[in-house]
Amino acid sequence: MTDLTQSNLTQEQVRERIESRLASRHRKEKIFRGFGIASIAFGILAVVVLFTDIISKGSSAFVQTDIELNVTYDPAVLGIDSVDDESLAWANFDAVIRNALRERFPEVSGRRDKRELYSLVSNGAGFELRERLQQNPALLGKSETLWFNADDDVDTYVKSLSKSEEGFLGRTSEQKAEWIKSLLATGELEKRFNTTFFTNGDSREPEQAGIRAALMGSLFTLLVTLALSFPIGVAAAIYLEEFAPKNRWTDLIEVNINNLAAVPSIVFGLLGLAIFINFFELPRSAPLVGGLVLTLMTLPTIIISSRAALKSVPPSIREAAMGMGASRMQVVLHHVLPLAMPGMLTGAIIGMAQALGETAPLLMIGMVAFIVDVPHGITDPSTVLPVQIFLWADSPERAFVERTSAAIMVLLAVLITMNTCAVWLRKKLERRW
Amino acid sequence: MQTPTLFALLLLLILVAYGTGFSRAIAAARSGGGVRSLASLPSYYGVHTALWCGLPALIILACWLIFDDAIIRALVMGGIADKPESIAGQNLLYAQIQNLTAGNLVGNATPQLQDAAAHLANLRESGRWMQTALILILSIGLGAYAFLRISPEMRAREKVEKVLRIILLACACAAIFTTVGILLSVLFESLRFFQSVPVTEFLFGLHWSPQMALRADQVGSSGAFGAVPLFTGTLLVSAIAMFVAVPVGLMSAIYLAEYAGKKVRSVAKPLLEILAGVPTVVYGFFAALTVAPFIRDLAQSMGLQASSESALAAGLVMGVMIIPFVSSLSDDVINAVPQSLRDGALGLGSTKSETVRKVVIPAALPGIVGGVLLAVSRAIGETMIVVMAAGLAANLTANPLESVTTVTVQIVTLLVGDQEFDSPKTLAAFALGLMLFISTLILNFIALHVVKKYREQYD
Repeated sequence: MTDLTQSNLTQEQVRERIESRLASRHRKEKIFRGFGIASIAFGILAVVVLFTDIISKGSSAFVQTDIELNVTYDPAVLGIDSVDDESLAWANFDAVIRNALRERFPEVSGRRDKRELYSLVSNGAGFELRERLQQNPALLGKSETLWFNADDDVDTYVKSLSKSEEGFLGRTSEQKAEWIKSLLATGELEKRFNTTFFTNGDSREPEQAGIRAALMGSLFTLLVTLALSFPIGVAAAIYLEEFAPKNRWTDLIEVNINNLAAVPSIVFGLLGLAIFINFFELPRSAPLVGGLVLTLMTLPTIIISSRAALKSVPPSIREAAMGMGASRMQVVLHHVLPLAMPGMLTGAIIGMAQALGETAPLLMIGMVAFIVDVPHGITDPSTVLPVQIFLWADSPERAFVERTSAAIMVLLAVLITMNTCAVWLRKKLERRW
Repeated sequence: MQTPTLFALLLLLILVAYGTGFSRAIAAARSGGGVRSLASLPSYYGVHTALWCGLPALIILACWLIFDDAIIRALVMGGIADKPESIAGQNLLYAQIQNLTAGNLVGNATPQLQDAAAHLANLRESGRWMQTALILILSIGLGAYAFLRISPEMRAREKVEKVLRIILLACACAAIFTTVGILLSVLFESLRFFQSVPVTEFLFGLHWSPQMALRADQVGSSGAFGAVPLFTGTLLVSAIAMFVAVPVGLMSAIYLAEYAGKKVRSVAKPLLEILAGVPTVVYGFFAALTVAPFIRDLAQSMGLQASSESALAAGLVMGVMIIPFVSSLSDDVINAVPQSLRDGALGLGSTKSETVRKVVIPAALPGIVGGVLLAVSRAIGETMIVVMAAGLAANLTANPLESVTTVTVQIVTLLVGDQEFDSPKTLAAFALGLMLFISTLILNFIALHVVKKYREQYD
């Protein structure tokens, strides 16, 4: 304003100047606002693109092409006379499958064609037969009609048929495509719900690969993490919030916790490798070590959220309890802690969700090993779901892409459930004072 | 007795100790005029007895489990006359002895080896007996001591609370132990690395090729440890990420805080937060399989040459990951700016955007800078996206379409798989880890300091 009065402008001129700039100012306002909307739209677009990309790639993995075959447990073909553990180990179940395929396509001859034919069925089918015979020895010499997993190339081709007339042949030959089409026409080839994906461990063959082992590994790792980080985190929060004297030592602990919360997760992996595996010689690839590393990583999160929960309990509760003659420890354990528990649980769930999605530190401690067996305890070698995703993402087979996406969908579903639980718990149990 | 059984027995003993302590306190009270004559509630006497019974035994058991392998090994190796000089040789020998003891070693073992194996088995057996005896004597003895000391005058509650407080303090110190553990583990291995590779070469060398030559005439395995290409690669990817995350995150925070109505806010904010909850491995998969090919094709259609592992793809996706981080931190500080400042600016006739740009942002700047610094430290330390979407070749380039490698990628590639803790190749990962830890620590420290200082202004 001083400018204007000094330059002796008439009121008319001032208004003119203001109005002449008004349009551009309003335009700038609109542009600024547009940038804001564009930013939010970009963020939401990223969410949408990410999810549609994963779902469009992964949803097809929940069905799997199966093939119907009439197999005969012929002792001569199997090369056994009786059903016992030793003979089962030697029995040639693959020959049974091959016979069944030859019966279905009697016109196929020539070595190369036959090999093509045999590759219609997953080479895990033999194991399936062995299990059936082991459970029911009376089947020996009889025949039955069963559904087997088709090979992953067949699976890829059949799934691509539903998208386009031609289909994606890839490694599938024209001749094989003919067989597949004839089987599809008679209903001997069918897309069914993919149970293998949920019951098997990892495998080099995409059609036999499943997430069971990784899920169990994640479960054991999370159990270790929860059992350690929740009590320690809550205890630390109680000390810092209720008992700690205000001195440099306490300040040091606080600065430390805040810094640890922002240390890259891979550094925790280095710590786990150097201390737990190299120094204490704990077993490699074990959920125990994974849980320990993730405990150290999630502790700051849990401590910070638990402190916030303790802070939200009003001082009047403490004063009332103190006034009734309770000791400070009794005040905390009997009154403050139960009231702060919902907030602490919410923090713990969010911390666990963070731990469940973590990959990098677990790579350091050897959880990337190729593990087929489902782990049964916290010292069995195992892998976890995110690491399984990482391993599959590296695999060259096309069929692994959809399985990777499907595993991601499972992981995201679990994470979303956990976070929803946390939100629900907060809404349900939170008390406003 | 096996350790789990011993542990279970110990837990049982603790329960028994609680029960007996509790009932003895009640009995003592009955003879002395009711529960009111006790110095503390009966349950505190129980807990007191249980603590004496269990705590020392548990601590000794933990120490035993940590140190017994090392002691047994020292004893076994001490009994061998001509053992190899090198640590690797000794490790091998001990592994052989262990296998022989477990019955896994097929083949001809020397009598000396067999003696050592027998010695090992013997030591383990007697060690287990000693462990069981020690723990049980300790736990029952101390439990009995505490039990016998129970009298109405004993101040059990004070004693129990003192122990509880010490346990709480110990838990609070876990954070310090973690930091010390990180520092020690990273520093110790880094120092060993710097014994074979000079610090100056590591920090200023322009050539990174960690494959050590096994033979002198081997091609391409020079074993060069100049980390500058890694640092520039990390900076390039992080810069791209910040280029995406800062404007988008900041603008969406401003829009949500200043413009959006309650409805829009309640929908858009959680949607953006979803981005923060997605695991990094998912972003990595997305970057490697969707974004990178897209960018390659796009560049090709514009006549440019792009690597299929371009820094741009990794950086873009990392930026998307960091958006909610920047936006929620900025949202907090923008909301902390007092309404009176806005009202003042609006009252002087400025438009909303002028208020935001000339008043709110300058007032919130320290907090925003702090948030951005935290975001930078996140970008530098982010691992999975770059492992999956960025390359392995250490190119010294500023072209975002080319493939670069980062510090975290190299740590992962050096440490996944076989590790030998005496080769510079493995140790280099720890030196890189040290760099990462120090740089993120400095960034965090500055950021937290700035944020804290700012918050004090308006509180």
